[in-house]
Amino acid sequence: MKALGIILAGGNNKRMKELTHRRAIAAMPMAGSFRAIDFTLSNMSHSGIGTVAVVAQYSSRSLNEHLSSSKWWDFGRKQGGLFLFNPTITPENNDWYRGTADAIAQNLEFLYRRHEPYVVIASGDGIYKLDYNDVIDFHTSHDADITVVCKDLPEDADVSRFGVVRTDENGRILDWEEKPVASTLRTISTGIYVIRRRLLISLMEQCIEMEWTDFVRDVIMRQKNVKKILAYKLESYWTNISNVAAYYAANMDFLKPEIRKHFFRDYPAIQTKVDDYAPAKYNSGSKVVNSLVANGTIVNGEVENSILFSKGFVGKNCKIKNSIILGEAYISDDVVLENCIVEARTNIPAGTVYKGTPDAIKIVTE
Amino acid sequence: MIKKKMIAMLLAGGQGSRLGVLTSSVAKPAVFFGGKYRIIDFPLSNCVNSGVDTVGVLTQYRPLELNTHIGIGIPWDLDKRVGGVHILPPYEKTSDTEWYTGTANAIYQNLEFMERYNPDYVLILSGDHIYKMDYEEMLAYHNAKGADVTLASMPVPWEETHRFGIVVTDENKRITAFQEKPKDALSNLASMGIYIFSWPVLRDALITLKDVPECDFGKHVIPYCFEQQKKLYTYEFTGYWKDVGTLSSYWEANMELVDLVPEFNMYEDFWQIYTETDSMLPAYMGPNARTEKCIVGGGSEIYGSVQHSVIGSNVSVGEGSEVVDSIVMAGAKIGKNVRMRKAIVAENVVIGDNAVLGEGAFAESKLDTRVYASDLVTIAKGSVVPEGVSVGLNTAIVGVTEKEDYPGGRLEDGGFIVKAGEKA
Repeated sequence: MKALGIILAGGNNKRMKELTHRRAIAAMPMAGSFRAIDFTLSNMSHSGIGTVAVVAQYSSRSLNEHLSSSKWWDFGRKQGGLFLFNPTITPENNDWYRGTADAIAQNLEFLYRRHEPYVVIASGDGIYKLDYNDVIDFHTSHDADITVVCKDLPEDADVSRFGVVRTDENGRILDWEEKPVASTLRTISTGIYVIRRRLLISLMEQCIEMEWTDFVRDVIMRQKNVKKILAYKLESYWTNISNVAAYYAANMDFLKPEIRKHFFRDYPAIQTKVDDYAPAKYNSGSKVVNSLVANGTIVNGEVENSILFSKGFVGKNCKIKNSIILGEAYISDDVVLENCIVEARTNIPAGTVYKGTPDAIKIVTE
Repeated sequence: MIKKKMIAMLLAGGQGSRLGVLTSSVAKPAVFFGGKYRIIDFPLSNCVNSGVDTVGVLTQYRPLELNTHIGIGIPWDLDKRVGGVHILPPYEKTSDTEWYTGTANAIYQNLEFMERYNPDYVLILSGDHIYKMDYEEMLAYHNAKGADVTLASMPVPWEETHRFGIVVTDENKRITAFQEKPKDALSNLASMGIYIFSWPVLRDALITLKDVPECDFGKHVIPYCFEQQKKLYTYEFTGYWKDVGTLSSYWEANMELVDLVPEFNMYEDFWQIYTETDSMLPAYMGPNARTEKCIVGGGSEIYGSVQHSVIGSNVSVGEGSEVVDSIVMAGAKIGKNVRMRKAIVAENVVIGDNAVLGEGAFAESKLDTRVYASDLVTIAKGSVVPEGVSVGLNTAIVGVTEKEDYPGGRLEDGGFIVKAGEKA
């Protein structure tokens, strides 16, 4: 096997508001029956990466539960496997993960013991499909030290939640602005990196020595003049879910047939943990249009432009529009929801009305 | 030494010929039910939910789907280091090689398998019924009664007793007589074909009766145990139990699932039914979709109208189509502007645009009056119905059909087109 994978799933983020009170971003439910990390895990598995370390820290119960068996993504073989690294106390260290680089550095032992020549580092919140072998091929054929998977955003896009890069004509990264308030640049980092394992080890050893903790600030930006750091352009769909608006938009994208085809039908399709819920049931009076409905759901009311996750219940005469209803939510009769995200397992009493706006999605929790 | 308290032997070799073309290429236990399950999922799930972790599945008739479905048993957590699920097909011996000639003969041919697990009890099941049952409770009853053999039975309406094997008991539920399809029944308890045997009793009976042709549990083993004055008790079951042995009972059992609160609740966490799920996709309802009184499996894309129907996983229903009172199994593709009423459409069937299914009047079947005796249109797995044709009532279609197969663009009431597979 050519590479091993590291998925950075440790993060929390205030801009996800209440949605990440109970779970890490990587464990956020996506597209009716998936979780964000399924996309990266499936990409790793489909790229023939058999050894994957998931580095988690913040509120990882939900994530751990999702990863309780690795068989859904075809890991857990004699060769390799899925490893979950939560912070641990050792004689040398009793800190939490203080940053992305520190999270990798604290697990250096794992890197020492492996034999794969390359490492693919990815964050757990990206929604995309990518064969990492293409990036590794690019990396080797261009003699890169570090390859950063980048994406060109359209002219009108807001780049303020991304790392923005400036490259020369050969794709070498010259500058990197992290979450700029404003920028003229349109090429952003997707947070996916390819690097030789030995180089990563030496960079991490340096981080430990210098007490550097952040992968972007302390590795990429400090090394950019001495190491050849190249941008690999990802052409296909990519987004991440680093704030509520992005999370909402990424889910709503799945109402488009071409997006469903890309992720659900075109080989290899994204995989997730299998739950045995019965098919969704539509009772008299239900009217569901332009919506996704996951298994185990029972619908009695009206639903439009929305996503109903697994095992939900929608009561009679409900009018649900432009909303995302996470798993096992119970929505009683006569409830009106517009532009809302309803947290998992929320119980909404009869007759309740919640309305957000397209620019300010309302989060409904218990 | 390996020691399992109770192992299960699941008889899944039968064709289920009364399901007509639905079993033309798959064994009955592999037929879909309830949008995402196959019939065998019910006894298999009952086993794991009852703590029975060693199951031999005896296959014979067209086992490909069944083998693929069961695999190494992962969906039911039956991929175990010791025990788990084992597929047991008939096999060649140095002499006396034979197919499974009867239910008990099939079990006898797998004596070695059972001995390997050194069980105290053997549970005999069939892959024919839809039900949730706790076999552990039945075993506790077996022990409390000090029984040698316990037969599960359930009360049936007195007027229907002539269709069943009836057990007559004393006040302690010990069986005192059997009546096979009696005219004058002495009891209304019908045997369900579910047995718990104390292993030495079963072993002795199988070996003693090994040369009986077409050796069968109901006809030979149970009467033998009875003659030997073994203690036979009946365990009365009152939960949901559905025979889906005929096309109309299969259709009805599916349709009951769309009731507001169905008698058979698939939406509770307790006693889940597990199945092989290759994807967990949500279903998509298009801008003009109408879905009422129906269940729709994951990954389906519905652009038309679906009323009072059971739709499986990854089915597509095109714009302008109307599906009413029908069962559509996984992977079927229904084109645009199709009208469909009382149809059973098996896996991966393709229905062309503008086709009309299930319009006409009842007419006696020209294929088999025993099997086809209702209004239903039955279309076998993988069949193709070309666009624009009309299909009458009480009809059957197997294979890739073309316009030429429909004189005047119509398959008449009671008619059939069989272009592939075996006539059923």
